[in-house]
Amino acid sequence: MTDVEIPSTSPWMCGNCNLPLEVASVDVGYMGNAFPVKLWKCPQCGLVFIPEDLALGKMVDVEKQLEDK
Amino acid sequence: MIDQKELRELEAKCIQECPPTCTAACPVHVDVKAMLVEIGRGDFTAALKIYRKAVPFPRIISRLCDQPCKDVCKRGEVGDEIAIRDLERACVEFGDTSSEKPRPLPKRKGHVAIVGGGISGITAAYEAARKGYAVTIFETGSVLGGSLWQIDKDFLPAWVIERDLEVMTTLGIEIRLNTPISGDIRELRREYEAVYLAVGAQIEEKFDLERDEHGFIKVDPVTFETSAAGIFAGGGMRWGKEMHSSITSISEGRRAAISIDRHLQHVSLTASRDNEGSYTSCLYTNLEGIEPLPVITESDGWRYNQDEAAQEAKRCLQCECMECVKVCEYLKHYERYPRRYVREIYNNLSIVKGTRYANTFINSCSLCGLCGEICPEDLDMGEVNLRARREMVKQKRMPASAFDFALRDMAFSNSDHFAFSRNRPGTDTSDYVLFPGCQLCASSPQHVESAYEYLNARLVDSHVGLMLGCCGAPAHWAGEEALFNQTIDRWRSDLYAMGDPMVILPCSSCYQVFKTTLPDVKIVSLWEVYEQYGLPEYAQPVSRTVAIHDPCSARRERPVQDSVRRIAEQLGCTIEELPLSREKTVCCSYGGHMWLANPQVAEKTIRRRVDEHPADYLTYCAMCRDFFSNQGKRTLHLLDLIYGEPTDDRAARHSPGWSQRHENRARLKRKLLTTIWGETMNGSQTYEAIRLIVSDEVRARLEQRLILTEDIQRVIEYAERTKRRLQNPESGRFLAYFKPTTVTYWVEYQPQTDGYVIFNAYSHRMEVPGSGES
Repeated sequence: MTDVEIPSTSPWMCGNCNLPLEVASVDVGYMGNAFPVKLWKCPQCGLVFIPEDLALGKMVDVEKQLEDK
Repeated sequence: MIDQKELRELEAKCIQECPPTCTAACPVHVDVKAMLVEIGRGDFTAALKIYRKAVPFPRIISRLCDQPCKDVCKRGEVGDEIAIRDLERACVEFGDTSSEKPRPLPKRKGHVAIVGGGISGITAAYEAARKGYAVTIFETGSVLGGSLWQIDKDFLPAWVIERDLEVMTTLGIEIRLNTPISGDIRELRREYEAVYLAVGAQIEEKFDLERDEHGFIKVDPVTFETSAAGIFAGGGMRWGKEMHSSITSISEGRRAAISIDRHLQHVSLTASRDNEGSYTSCLYTNLEGIEPLPVITESDGWRYNQDEAAQEAKRCLQCECMECVKVCEYLKHYERYPRRYVREIYNNLSIVKGTRYANTFINSCSLCGLCGEICPEDLDMGEVNLRARREMVKQKRMPASAFDFALRDMAFSNSDHFAFSRNRPGTDTSDYVLFPGCQLCASSPQHVESAYEYLNARLVDSHVGLMLGCCGAPAHWAGEEALFNQTIDRWRSDLYAMGDPMVILPCSSCYQVFKTTLPDVKIVSLWEVYEQYGLPEYAQPVSRTVAIHDPCSARRERPVQDSVRRIAEQLGCTIEELPLSREKTVCCSYGGHMWLANPQVAEKTIRRRVDEHPADYLTYCAMCRDFFSNQGKRTLHLLDLIYGEPTDDRAARHSPGWSQRHENRARLKRKLLTTIWGETMNGSQTYEAIRLIVSDEVRARLEQRLILTEDIQRVIEYAERTKRRLQNPESGRFLAYFKPTTVTYWVEYQPQTDGYVIFNAYSHRMEVPGSGES
């Protein structure tokens, strides 16, 4: 998961805090495993942005790998 | 858990790896199939190499062999048997023999005496020398070959014998010609570590060994050991003058050499020696539909040229079983066969640490039982896969995503949204209860209403109750035994409370669940009820031709299948039977959750089924109907025939989406509760009031991604309540995420005065911060 490529700009800002998102290391977990991933994140409330291609691509692959372990 | 012993029993049931009849009947087990493939390709050198593996003297044997293979050749049942010996001869004629030098093993301690230089003796000598032993042949005559020299020279010229026997010198075998051996053979045995007697049928000498009732030297039929340890005997001297079989002589010489090797290595002579000689194969080969073909004749009237040999070899059926694989897209997809599959499943269940590569394989089976029905040995991969799933659940190794969607669908059906059990108003017990199941109510709720009305009108002297819910089959298929038992217990106790009515079932899967897990509950299919009590007046015959697709769960229910056919005929149908029907019917891919675990295999399965007949299909399972119609196949449910408006083209209707299926069930309950029982349903969740505006394109995407309306409503409810959502400053759209239970859903939306426009949604199971309270 650590080698995930995220878009260089985010079309989204935090609608709650009204702040632009920043790239930060976020812990993403599954089945008791956690991986630090660089993601766009609200610096204030911590809301994150998972792009569609990440959710439907790399994330599914990792989910399957962990489920089959 | 499947143990080693059981694994081997299961493996043994799959006969695909049994040798073909020809190879089994051949006393030296020539790999005829492989050899003929090479000949068919015109590669005679490769074919000869295969032949030589089994036959040490190919020139001689390809002229002399008495061909026990020919009598059992399956091609003989559809045309003439394959001319195997003539093809072997062609290998020798056209194959390159320059590389035929045998490669013996390193020298080993032990000197073997062979008494008799006939075909059996020289085979034993050849094999023992190749194993690295020093070998001496004692031959009475002046040449090796024994009775070979008595054969007509036109048929077996001297050069052929000489050329084949050159190998004896190459192997460094000591040959003592003009050296008769007689009397007590134990004398010779004192000088050699092992002795093989193969003096042929002509010589009466018995070497002071024990004899059998016919006067022949007594020999163990498996090891060829005589009454004296280390002394072996075989070939013609064992059977006498009546029988002559060069290939059996070779076989016995080789098998004696195996015993000699074991004797010299001080290991068991008898262990693992099954099927060494000629035996009957367990392989089944289906000959249906194979065109009979006559044998290719030699244009010179004598022997094949290369083209003729290749043509003749191509007549070989390449016998194999593969009966189950032929009818099942799932078994075909993974490109092997049950013998291999059960081993993979066993390995998968045994892994302690590492990747379980067979998980998806195990979860993709429809559990439909067709393979077991087709298999000559009744091996049902569905049963094996179901056990494997249960084991995975027990080991907590079942992938969480595998059947989650189906189990949540079942949970919805058995929640207050849908499930309820009621006696008819004004009664406190029922004689009958209609249990329509979950997917018929999801697909055709109006038919369920009509059927219930019909039952009440027709069974006028009886009380007919209603039970809505899911029977539990999805949990059963998922290997979730505890959940399944809990579900079944609920139906058991509801039925008890209603006075143990007879359960009327339109769905074959429910029928199987009730039949197998609640044997004390009286059940009847709705179709049998229609037949017994007559169709409603409303139902009018319309003349049409339909092909009947039996649901896989009705595979073993002949009376149900018959009722359906008779009702269809009453309704004006001319019935066509599909190539696989009744007990050999095919699953639509809903069974066992195949569609969920492996959409690719599911699509192949449906495609194949719907392409089998051009007529509209008629079935009596809601899921079969919906899955076929979604693939563009015009398909009717039997209730469509009974209750459909003549003007309404029910066969062309697409199935409702997954969200609509929930909605249909919930509405059906609400409607029946209100109209029949005068009850209102308890309050609904806040999110259910959220109105979504979804284009067809987005709806199709949500359907494909298995994202339901209620999932989206929950995300929006959460995001709007907490204001935790991202926003695109340019478009003003929101993107929010929320994890109601195990899956995190992302929804891109924009509020509007009359609801929320949905632009996109996707989901994942990995957990990220901020996905909300569940």
